[in-house]
Amino acid sequence: MFNLYITALKSLAVKETNRYLRIWVQTLVPPVITTSLYFVIFGNLIGGRIGQMDGFSYMEFIVPGLIMMSVITSSYSNVASSFFSQKFQKNIEELLIAPVPTHVIIWGFVIGGLGRSILVGTLVTLISLFFVPLHVFSWFIVIVTLLMTAILFSLAGLLNGIFAQSFDDVSIVPTFVLQPLTYLGGVFYAISMLPPVWQAISKINPIVYMISGFRYGFLGTIDVPIGLSMGILVLFIVVLYSVCWYLIDRGRGLRS
Amino acid sequence: MTNALEIKDLKKVYATGVEALRGIDLTVVAGDFYALLGPNGAGKSTTIGIITSLVNKTSGTVKVFGYDIDTDLVRAKQQIGLVPQEFNFNPFETVEQIVVNQAGYYGVPRKEALKRSEKYLKQSDLWEKRHVRARMLSGGMKRRLMIARALMHEPRLLILDEPTAGVDIELRREMWDFLRKLNENGTTIILTTHYLEEAEMLCRNIGIIQTGEVIENTSMKNLLAKLQFETFIFDLAPYEKEPVITGYQSIFEDQLTLAVEVERNQGINDLFEQFSAQGIQVLSMRNKSNRLEELFLKITEEKR
Repeated sequence: MFNLYITALKSLAVKETNRYLRIWVQTLVPPVITTSLYFVIFGNLIGGRIGQMDGFSYMEFIVPGLIMMSVITSSYSNVASSFFSQKFQKNIEELLIAPVPTHVIIWGFVIGGLGRSILVGTLVTLISLFFVPLHVFSWFIVIVTLLMTAILFSLAGLLNGIFAQSFDDVSIVPTFVLQPLTYLGGVFYAISMLPPVWQAISKINPIVYMISGFRYGFLGTIDVPIGLSMGILVLFIVVLYSVCWYLIDRGRGLRS
Repeated sequence: MTNALEIKDLKKVYATGVEALRGIDLTVVAGDFYALLGPNGAGKSTTIGIITSLVNKTSGTVKVFGYDIDTDLVRAKQQIGLVPQEFNFNPFETVEQIVVNQAGYYGVPRKEALKRSEKYLKQSDLWEKRHVRARMLSGGMKRRLMIARALMHEPRLLILDEPTAGVDIELRREMWDFLRKLNENGTTIILTTHYLEEAEMLCRNIGIIQTGEVIENTSMKNLLAKLQFETFIFDLAPYEKEPVITGYQSIFEDQLTLAVEVERNQGINDLFEQFSAQGIQVLSMRNKSNRLEELFLKITEEKR
């Protein structure tokens, strides 16, 4: 039975990977263009006037946040739109009638989100090399934070896909929730720069912990302790995974 | 012999309160070619949905080749291939990707899946189109693709929900031959269709569902034996004096078209003798509707 599940997982992962590669103009190019513009405008043009942040040039400071932003957006939107499209076109039924357990369905979609976000993250990192040299404090922290964040937002995207009834529902959360939380999560500034009240409020935002952890991996500077960042990531992954598992297993929006 | 499908006291009440199934019992023996018929909204699709895990049942039991969907769902699913009513593949994937992925979901390794894709796509006359995106296929090709996809894990029970809807007559006959061969090779087939001629030609046993209840579950032969009369249509050549037919119920549909009800065992020789005696020339003769269709309408009307 284990072999069956592994083969099923491979098939779903290949299908999901083919999907975002097939439409690479929509899935890979836009985040690269957007972050390139951020590098040029905020890093190069405005950044020069801002000066140093935690001992690094502004451009060096925002690179981890911008990579993380593209990873978050890519993983979330990949899974949300893929899952909802399959629901909308009814080809999710291919999976539902097959002996594919819910864990395999979840991981199949997560692998798709993970693959796309890693690819986008790598492309954005390569673009950043045109502006600043790559500075890595701990590869281990960089990789672990990147993977966990991509998994977390793939699961969040899956949850969005499960509840979505229309294509509008797939774009509402990224526009009205994800984007503001990412911008306010310390991509362009250090949380420690904020007044104490806003620092406290910012710490309710889970994205703060991801960007802080990721920046720590690159620069060695932190807004919140790295252990706390990792703990928050693990906690959110466990909670989101459990909710997704429960909903898919019960057939929420999938079975009548 | 193990039954391919055993349904006992199956009930389904949707969240809206609609009672789609009111405790149906159904048995399909292994190797059968079984027709599941019923008017729209009778509960056929709900039944198929429950068997294939697309619909959650309210109560009752379903066993597929002895595997209970409550306790042995994985094995039950492995036995079933489903050809749904609506196209439900990803239109942007190629024909080959669709069938190979589907096999993967059933644990068929990619190498083996590619081999099988050649076999089933050739059988379905789609091999030349294997690299074409599904949305570019014609309606008939899409139907064949759905059948090929359902066969990739070589199921013992194939369920076809109106597989020939919208398919032209030539292709429909090709599909009938294909399904017959499949059944001869041991695959149990359950077919729902609105073309009752199709059910009569292909199926050995039949179940009729109406308003969530099974109102007939018998062999095709037994069911057709219940037919009390058949209606024949006679196209007549222009005549001088309107014919008078005795001993039969008859009605003129138009001046030269006569519909005659012929009771079971009554025969039509006497009818022709009456036409000849009155100098009426019969140009052609045909059934008003398919025999099963007539019976189906009668049964469902009675139970309404």
